[in-house]
Amino acid sequence: MHTYVVKRLLLSGITLLAVLTLIFFIVRIVPGDPARVVLGEQATTQAIDAMRQRLGLDEPLVVQYWRFLRGALVFDVGKSMVTGAPVLQVIGEVLPSTLELSAAALVLGCVIGIPLGIWSAVRRNRFADYVIRVASLLGLSFPAFVSAILLLLAFAISLRWFPVMSSGNSTGLADHLRQLVLPAVNLALIMAAYITRVSRSAMLEILREDYMRTAIAKGVPPLAVVWRHGVRNALIPVVTVTGLYLGILIGNSVLTEIVFNRPGLGKLIVGSLAQRDYTMLQGLMVAYTMIVVAINLMTDLTYGFIDPRVRYE
Amino acid sequence: MSEGTGLGRALRHHGRQLLRAFNSNKASWVGLVLFLAVVACALLAPWISSHDPAEQYMASRLVPPSAEFLLGTDDFGRDILARLLYGARLSLLIGITATVLALVIGSLIGALAGFYGGRFDLVIMQAMDVLLAFPSLILGLLIVAMLGPSITNLTIAIALTAVPAFARIARSPTLVVKQREFILAGRTLGYGDVRLLGRHILPNIAPEILVMGSLWLGTTIRVESSLAFIGLGVPPPTSTWGGMIRSGFENILDSPWLVLWPSLAILICIFSLNLLGDGLRDAIDPKLRGEG
Repeated sequence: MHTYVVKRLLLSGITLLAVLTLIFFIVRIVPGDPARVVLGEQATTQAIDAMRQRLGLDEPLVVQYWRFLRGALVFDVGKSMVTGAPVLQVIGEVLPSTLELSAAALVLGCVIGIPLGIWSAVRRNRFADYVIRVASLLGLSFPAFVSAILLLLAFAISLRWFPVMSSGNSTGLADHLRQLVLPAVNLALIMAAYITRVSRSAMLEILREDYMRTAIAKGVPPLAVVWRHGVRNALIPVVTVTGLYLGILIGNSVLTEIVFNRPGLGKLIVGSLAQRDYTMLQGLMVAYTMIVVAINLMTDLTYGFIDPRVRYE
Repeated sequence: MSEGTGLGRALRHHGRQLLRAFNSNKASWVGLVLFLAVVACALLAPWISSHDPAEQYMASRLVPPSAEFLLGTDDFGRDILARLLYGARLSLLIGITATVLALVIGSLIGALAGFYGGRFDLVIMQAMDVLLAFPSLILGLLIVAMLGPSITNLTIAIALTAVPAFARIARSPTLVVKQREFILAGRTLGYGDVRLLGRHILPNIAPEILVMGSLWLGTTIRVESSLAFIGLGVPPPTSTWGGMIRSGFENILDSPWLVLWPSLAILICIFSLNLLGDGLRDAIDPKLRGEG
């Protein structure tokens, strides 16, 4: 297990370096000079030079790259080009709200998705299976902003059960939860669609195994066969694949935050795009990269922990 | 190894396989018909709606559906039906171009990695995994934000997010096919790598790749509409589905139909592709074949 963990850690380090390099170069292929873009066409040459110096753009690319990497490693990703606030601090303020939303959606998505997938597999080619399969396919077809708008129209605007905007200024726990429900349900439904499909195919594989036939043959009650021999084994691939889907969850949370006007990384990205705040964008990308790499590492380690075969590859 | 064993026979074989696949799963027929209907609407746009998608009828702003404006007008007095139809053209254009681009580049990368194996395979696939792990919306957003939104830049950005998926899909069947006797036979006959890859391996892994293509077309269209909703779509006055929802969202309290029509269009388009691709995948997956 130790070698496995060390190998995974090393791999994550390499991945992190690769993506950070990618981000560095993507941000620097901007057509035009960021300093000019921020200051506008009328800016004087002196002002632009001063801005370039402040952003470190006057230095050779290698020095900029080194600075960027060192900064990313100590979480010092500079200051906002627009407001001057430290990027890390601004991200830190909204990060909990994005994490809260994603965690709620993930838990709810599993609670809905795993039982539906297993039920669908057990009732294969029956009515329930068809309904669940079509429903999950429909769930996959929804762009997150479309489903968010439909939920908003139905439950906040027509029925008035939930607030239209989740501004983040909640007055208490109940209010806080009321603001969380719709965005979390929106993300959870899409997540559940993915998880249902994975659980179904994982369970179908298991149902074909010889030990399942043996268990049925020796007279174990069907429900116990499904639960004790089936579900436990089926959950292994579900964990890995769910880890992979967290990327989709992060992308969808951006769209959801915009629709519900909820503070978070997504709203921050869109705000910095509108203001052309390149340092903020770069910092956000670094933050997303770290989250993605951390999730991948955790998924790999969990997988190695649940399934010993993986460690000896 | 006569000439007939290569491309032509593989294609005929896949043609029959495709027909069987369609017949074994009725949902894929429904998906195909729905999707062709969307394509027909896009192609026949000028004949279905007599309005110009950019024409502003200032006297009839935000009117509900009527005989003149079948789906109503938006806050600039533009005909929603016309904007939907022309928006379909753009979504399909960007979606199909990006998918084809990703399919070609990704499959080549994956097939080469699988074919040559070793360290080359390891490095390439590790790079692909890194890209795959990155949320496609965020990656697309970063690239478009830096390059600026135009049809070409959007297509490149969206294609780039789909390349790693195709590389993964093309690699595993290549690993299997390259072990088969006919590849060994080809080698013995002195065929070069290019001929082996192009005429014997690629035709054999084509079905898997094409099925993934239909599934990914849904994804690329979804990413395009999401970027447009964020404000990174093809700039106005060009009409895009995501852009229509973005501007309609400002009037959601008084005129919800502004967001409902384009939402429905996006949903029908992506759902039809998912039905089509999902049905085909079940049909060509050897593990599931014959058990449907």
